[in-house]
Amino acid sequence: MAVTKREAGAPAIVSRRARSRERIRFMGYRRGNGRVGIRNHVIILPLDDLSNAACEAVANNIKGTIALPHAYGRLQFGEDLALHFRTLIGTGTNPNVAAVIVIGIEPGWTGRVVEGIARSGKPVAGFAIEGHGDLKVIEMASRRAQQFLMDATELQREECWMDELWVSTKCGESDTTSGLASCPTVGNLIDKIDPMGATTCFGETTELTGAEVECAKRAFDKDVAGKFMAVFNAYQDVVNRHKTNDLSESQPTKGNIAGGLSTIEEKAFGNFQKIGHKTKYVDVLAPAEEPRKGSGLYFMDTSSAAAECVTLQAAAGFVVHLFPTGQGNVIGNPIEPVIKLTANPKTARLMPEHIDLDVSGILRREMNLDQAGDALIDIMVRTCNGRNTCAEALGHREFVMTKLYQSA
Amino acid sequence: MPTTHFIVHDKADNVGVVVVEDVKPGQRLTGWVMEGDGTIVVKALDAVPLGHKIALRDLKKGDTVFKYGHDIGKVVDPAGKGRHVHVHNIKTKRW
Repeated sequence: MAVTKREAGAPAIVSRRARSRERIRFMGYRRGNGRVGIRNHVIILPLDDLSNAACEAVANNIKGTIALPHAYGRLQFGEDLALHFRTLIGTGTNPNVAAVIVIGIEPGWTGRVVEGIARSGKPVAGFAIEGHGDLKVIEMASRRAQQFLMDATELQREECWMDELWVSTKCGESDTTSGLASCPTVGNLIDKIDPMGATTCFGETTELTGAEVECAKRAFDKDVAGKFMAVFNAYQDVVNRHKTNDLSESQPTKGNIAGGLSTIEEKAFGNFQKIGHKTKYVDVLAPAEEPRKGSGLYFMDTSSAAAECVTLQAAAGFVVHLFPTGQGNVIGNPIEPVIKLTANPKTARLMPEHIDLDVSGILRREMNLDQAGDALIDIMVRTCNGRNTCAEALGHREFVMTKLYQSA
Repeated sequence: MPTTHFIVHDKADNVGVVVVEDVKPGQRLTGWVMEGDGTIVVKALDAVPLGHKIALRDLKKGDTVFKYGHDIGKVVDPAGKGRHVHVHNIKTKRW
C-alpha cells in the first residue's frame, strides 16, 4: 500500500482495525491515467444547452451510452466560464467514464472540452452543429459513439485497493436523525478508510454555518484552516448580499424543518458529523477542482444543493458517493453512483426503494456506530464491484452545473 | 433494553431528540445521553414528533440552545421542560 504524506508524519502505531482493513479490495476499471473507476460509462456530453437535443438523440441511437443534458454554456465569462469548462472536462475525465462524445453548437469551445478530456488518455471525439445541422451531427456522433461503446464493453475489471478509491459525501433533506446516526456512520467510515489511503471529499460551504470554527480546527494545518475560513466567509458574503430573510425554508430547507431541524447551526453540526472524529482535511478545493495533495480528506467549496454538489465532486474525479438522508432526498448522478443511507425509521419504511442502507437501528440501540460504519463499508465495496445503487436502478441522473452569476 | 424515546448528544445539551413516533403529552420518556452513556427521564408536555426536539430544562427567552454541546440558536419564546422545541420558539443567531 502506498504510504501517504500524512501517514509518514503520523505515529508509527496504526490501530489493529486500521491495519486489518488495509487490504480492502474491490474490482475496478484501471484507466490510462492511473486512476480507478467503478463504472464504465460512455457519455454524450453537451457543451451547451443548444446541443442537448443532439446528445439525447445519439444516446437514444446507441444503447448503453448516456446523454448528460444541462442548462448552460452560452455567453458565460470569467470565473463562471472557467468553472463550466472545469466541470465538463472533469466529468469527461472521471475514471467512471470510459469514453466521451462532446457535441457543441460551434467548434471552438467544443474543441477546448475535447482537448481537456483527451489529456486523460481516454477516447474522446467532438462534433459541432453549426454548418452541419443536428441530423448530420447525430449520424457522425452516433457512429463514433457506437465504436466507443463496443470498445468500452470489452474492458475488464481488475483488483484494486482502497488507496485507489476516491469517495465523496454530502447529505440531503437532513433531519435530526442525520446528525444522530446517518452522518456519524459516514464519519465512522471516513475515519476507517482514511488511514488506508483513500481520497475523500466533503463540501456544502453554507451548511457549516455555526460549526465553522469547529470545522476550521479539523484542517491539517493553519494554512489549510485559513483557506477554509476565507472560502467560508466569501460564501457568507454571497448570502448576506442576496438574502431577504434568515434563509429559513431555504437553508434549512422546508424538508429539514419538517424533520425537526430548527436552525442552520443545528443543521451544520449534523452535517459536520460526516467527517468523523479523527480525520483532518489536507486541502480546500475550488468547485470541481481535482485534489492534488495525494490521498486524504478534502473540503470542496460547494453549494449545499444535492445535485449541484455531487456534480462538482464527480467532476473533481470522485467515483462513489455516500449520501445520508433524513426525510428522503432521492438524488442520483449520471456517472458517480450515489449510495443512500438513512437513520429515520419512517423514511426507511416509506421509501425503501431509495435507501441502500438503513441505520435506524442505531436510534433503537440495536446497532452501534462501529457496526454501522462497517455495514456502510460493505455496501460501498459491493457498489464499487458493480452492484447498482437504488438511484441507479431508478434512473436518477441529476447533472446540475453550478452557475456563479448571470451570463453576459 | 427498555425503549429509548429520545437521544441527547452531549451532557451540556438542553434539548434532546425524540426518536420514536407518537409521543403523547404526559408520557414519561426515557432518554439516552450519548456522551457518558447516561440515562435521563423527562415527562413530555407536548406531542413531539419523531426527530423533533424536547426541552430538557426550562428555557427562558434569550437563552442559548445547546445541542452537540454547541450553540445552535436562541430561545425567542419560553419553553418549559418537556415542551416541543422548534421554529416556533427558537431561532438562528446567524443571517
